[in-house]
Amino acid sequence: MSLDQLYQQIILDHSKARHGSGLAGTAAPEGAHTGQSHQLNPVCGDEVTLRVAVEDGKVAQVSWDGAGCSISMASASVLSELAEGMTVAELHNAIDSFREVLRSRGKVSADPDLLGDAAAFEGVARYAARVKCAMISWVAAEDALNQAA
Amino acid sequence: MAVVSTPPTLERALPVMDDAEVLRIRNDFPVLNQLVNGQPLVYLDSGATSQNPLSVIEAEQEFYEQRNAAVHRGAHHLAVEATEVFEDARQTIADFIGADYAETIWTSNATEGLNLISYALSNAGLWAAQGRGDAGLKQLALNPGDEIVVTEMEHHANLIPWQELAFRTGATLRYIPIDDAGSLRMDLAGDIIGNRTRVLAFTHASNVLGTINPVAELVGLARKAGALVVLDACQSAPHLPLDVKGLDVDFAVFSGHKMLAPTGIGVLYGKQELLDILPPFLTGGSMITTVTMERAEYLPAPQRFEAGTQRISQAVALAAAANYLTETGLNRIHQWETGLGQRMVSGLESIPGIRVLGPSAGKERIGLAAFDVEGVHAHDVGQFLDSRGIAVRVGHHCAQPLHRRLGLTATTRASAYLYNTTHDVDQFLDAVAGVRAYFRA
Repeated sequence: MSLDQLYQQIILDHSKARHGSGLAGTAAPEGAHTGQSHQLNPVCGDEVTLRVAVEDGKVAQVSWDGAGCSISMASASVLSELAEGMTVAELHNAIDSFREVLRSRGKVSADPDLLGDAAAFEGVARYAARVKCAMISWVAAEDALNQAA
Repeated sequence: MAVVSTPPTLERALPVMDDAEVLRIRNDFPVLNQLVNGQPLVYLDSGATSQNPLSVIEAEQEFYEQRNAAVHRGAHHLAVEATEVFEDARQTIADFIGADYAETIWTSNATEGLNLISYALSNAGLWAAQGRGDAGLKQLALNPGDEIVVTEMEHHANLIPWQELAFRTGATLRYIPIDDAGSLRMDLAGDIIGNRTRVLAFTHASNVLGTINPVAELVGLARKAGALVVLDACQSAPHLPLDVKGLDVDFAVFSGHKMLAPTGIGVLYGKQELLDILPPFLTGGSMITTVTMERAEYLPAPQRFEAGTQRISQAVALAAAANYLTETGLNRIHQWETGLGQRMVSGLESIPGIRVLGPSAGKERIGLAAFDVEGVHAHDVGQFLDSRGIAVRVGHHCAQPLHRRLGLTATTRASAYLYNTTHDVDQFLDAVAGVRAYFRA
């Protein structure tokens, strides 16, 4: 598998233009239920603090601060863009699906209808050492979502 | 089993190493002869773990094919043979580091060795408090007000055991800082190492910075203070001639897998007079004289610190590795790797956006270089190099406090060994030069 299949254009783009990045600069909508989660990968130092705001059963906003590799940062960006507007149940469903693809070692393909740009991370599943990089913000989102509910 | 060692005169007579010799050496390392991602493997991660020559692999295989038995027990032929090669291996390693036979303890790795020392020292306090063991234990015990000194460049293995020893005994942990060029602030060391210092633990050569520390000067300060000296020799024992008695350290540790041997075997050196009175760390079979229902008496070193069935085949393999290094010549290996290290650093320094940690080109360093690539995370750098068949280490290299001191969380490290050619280094430099463009940094 070539490097370009891992670092797809979408991933490189999102790693630069980070959607939802900047917790301090984005206040959660008034009246929304929020949850926040901090996740750390001690192996490489990737770190994400992610906040989910839920309003009327829908994800109103996903904001995050993070430091890490292009895969982890792009993944947080893609997640943030994808999640906004989803119902809580839809986001849980997307997280479950993303996890299944990433842990499949390449055996399960991503459903672009469900995962959108996040389907580009399918190739990461073949790089065992990078799965955690892609997962870190999704794990944070799941934890934050449970707190917000 | 004959102990093969090269007389110093013979080593001097050998010419300096060159790429042609390294290409011959590479034939002894089957794992190096493979393609990774369609490219010939360039293995530059020996600082993490080194590869095994055939003589080491065969030594372990021969042990299992011909001699496998438990050592130090049983009167049968295999048990006797196994004990002989196991103890011959100990003598080989003792000779390799300039120690005496009974001062050479087998461990699983350097980490275990450092934990062993730190637990033996806190056990010394427990024994002394109850009047058990040698009267000298009282001098070795740590108490509140005492200080343990380490440096800012330590690997977690030579840091956390001391944090925990401080926690158990109420002693205080202090640090010798580094300067921005990655050298110890020796101008401050004299004030930090003082009358309260009971233990000074430091690395011989930094696994991140490549710095070689001034052992003699540090030992001098420790002696003046009456402190024990613990040397982490993980990055020195495999790469340069090590003489623990010449250095006059009290303890030294290193791991076999960083010096051509398998994982699971390491060495602790300790001065005989200390090892003979220190309480054991692990207890159980093979290390006792008399056991009653209430208590036990312990053998002197080395058995005192080798509870349970030992890593016999790994010890035999480690001796084969030491012989391989001795036959090649540690001075020659050190010289060759120094050249590779300098080639790495001067090459990296000429690439825009690269910050090399530790001494700059032309300054003394071992054969490794850790660096930061502006705008690209180390994990991505490592992935990019892997796509070219180049194996490096990425992350904090088990030195988080050091990275924090340098304002970084993760770096990329290339580390060479006797089987790396100048071509390996050039391939690596060529790949690094392409990293920022690929990630649009």
